[in-house]
Amino acid sequence: MSEVLLEVKDLRVNLPTARGWAPVLRGVSFAMRRGDTLGLIGESGCGKSMTALALMGLLPEGAQVTGSIRLAGQELTTLDEAALCQWRGRRMGMVFQEPMTALNPLHPIGRQIAEGLRLHRHMDARAARAEALRLLERVQLPQAAKRLDAYPHQLSGGQRQRVVIAMALACGPDLLIADEPTTALDVTIQREVLDLIDELVAADGMGLLLISHDLGVMSERVRHMLVMYAGDVVEGGPTHEVFARLSHPYTRGLFAARPRIGLPRGTRLTTIPGRVPDPMEPRPGCSFVQRCDVAMAHCGQEPPSLFSVSAGHDCRCWRACP
Amino acid sequence: MLEGLPVSAPVLVVQDVCKEYRLPRESLWKPSPRIQALDHVSLTVQAGSSMGIVGESGSGKSTLARLVMALERPTSGKIFLDGQDLSALSAAELRSVRAKIQMVFQDPYGSLDPRRTILQTVAEPLAILHGVGRSEQRLRATQVLEAVGLRAGDLEKYPHEFSGGQRQRIAIARALITRPRLIVADEPVSALDVSVQAQVLNLMQDLQDQFGVTYLFISHDLSVIDLVCDQVVVLQAGCIVEQGEPDTLFSNPQHPYTKRLLAAVPGAHASSPIPMSLGLAQNASLDSPSP
Repeated sequence: MSEVLLEVKDLRVNLPTARGWAPVLRGVSFAMRRGDTLGLIGESGCGKSMTALALMGLLPEGAQVTGSIRLAGQELTTLDEAALCQWRGRRMGMVFQEPMTALNPLHPIGRQIAEGLRLHRHMDARAARAEALRLLERVQLPQAAKRLDAYPHQLSGGQRQRVVIAMALACGPDLLIADEPTTALDVTIQREVLDLIDELVAADGMGLLLISHDLGVMSERVRHMLVMYAGDVVEGGPTHEVFARLSHPYTRGLFAARPRIGLPRGTRLTTIPGRVPDPMEPRPGCSFVQRCDVAMAHCGQEPPSLFSVSAGHDCRCWRACP
Repeated sequence: MLEGLPVSAPVLVVQDVCKEYRLPRESLWKPSPRIQALDHVSLTVQAGSSMGIVGESGSGKSTLARLVMALERPTSGKIFLDGQDLSALSAAELRSVRAKIQMVFQDPYGSLDPRRTILQTVAEPLAILHGVGRSEQRLRATQVLEAVGLRAGDLEKYPHEFSGGQRQRIAIARALITRPRLIVADEPVSALDVSVQAQVLNLMQDLQDQFGVTYLFISHDLSVIDLVCDQVVVLQAGCIVEQGEPDTLFSNPQHPYTKRLLAAVPGAHASSPIPMSLGLAQNASLDSPSP
């Protein structure tokens, strides 16, 4: 059992809005060891990307952060911007959803990869360029040597995502955060890119935090997963356990809403009624109560805590209360 | 002219269509290179049914949609809508035919004008196509909004007041208002969350039952196509490589490309660790009495 790589404890984030502070993360806690793969799943606005941005220190201006984020023993929430820059990119790499917007259209890709190397590893231009080539070969970009001076628009979506992955890996990070890395890609390319991420993570023994709204991707790619809803972790545990039990009504709802090959033509999918609650709305009880099909009177009065369903598998639901 | 047709007559017939695009010249002395976006594509869509088009980016899905919408003309071949050859029509005739084909786009954030009210957006096709009066426009807009599960009170609102799923409903309402024969839906749910996607897919199927709309449904998601389509064609590099009923085609794909597409769908198969039936997944602790 290796050391703890990342420990997030009671992470709360409030964002300033015209109507006051909006709590977008309401006490997120989890831990990862080196080599762990952890998935975050949930719908838009549930806090998946906010968690990733908080880890990277890239939250919107004016955000209030409380709680603790420790990476390899170092507390990140208290670091100033200059100190955080030493960690971001060097110890944590991030792969974004949309490779076209994550890359600068005006710079050749070789130079964009080299930027991090020069900044964090103090390489000279020549060494950085050689290293950028090695990275492009590592992410299996075809004709990497020719492509060093190519611009993002000259590459396909899958190739661009490979470049973004090369940038994230440039400084040999301990933690790779991938925020919906394949949502913008075709299914076959999606599989290739996810396979590549799997290989690289296994080879380097990095931790992988994979954010996705796709249950299928989760089932195949991560050993542990957290289900998020309205800024809370509502269920978490080993992926196979979570899928085998689907303890939280929200997890069940997500699962039932998913079209699957083999359903008869014309089947109506089960939907989750209502919508994600407004973060500004006061919530005395469970955040899911208004959409829940098994809610009880008690659910609207007191927020449930995480109850243990089985070893390492927790569920934030009064129905799971022993 | 619709009255004379038998109910089962095909709404859309694509007959041996090719579409070639010219790329920018590489040299002054050479002819500009060409790309064959569609290569002898033929398909027939029966009234009230759904035809799914699957394939990767660059396979020609969107080119096919543009040709069917009569936004472009095929290089060769013909497209018939309700038996009318679209390429033989004049611009004025085409304008009236366009009422019968509507489109729903992928991105509900990009496809609605943020500065126009829902009424203006939804009723616009009516104003352009038929010169329908204001009160009639309002009435029909109310009807279609209600058909997609929104309220008449939403007519004066602006797109930013709605969620992604609601916006896609508005886009569908705009497509429905001309009472079209055919709706071309280009990745209508791929930008939506799972639960919202389920709502929109259910809605599209309900509307088909209710109004008998025909869908040309473009998607890269094979499980979505399997759910809503009666027929599916698989496009690769502009050619149809396989076609048939989704149930048979997906359970027994013949072409290597279809096999590859199917193999790439994450966790969509019975062999995946995701349980196929919810009944199996009931947690024992859920049955225990409440605290």
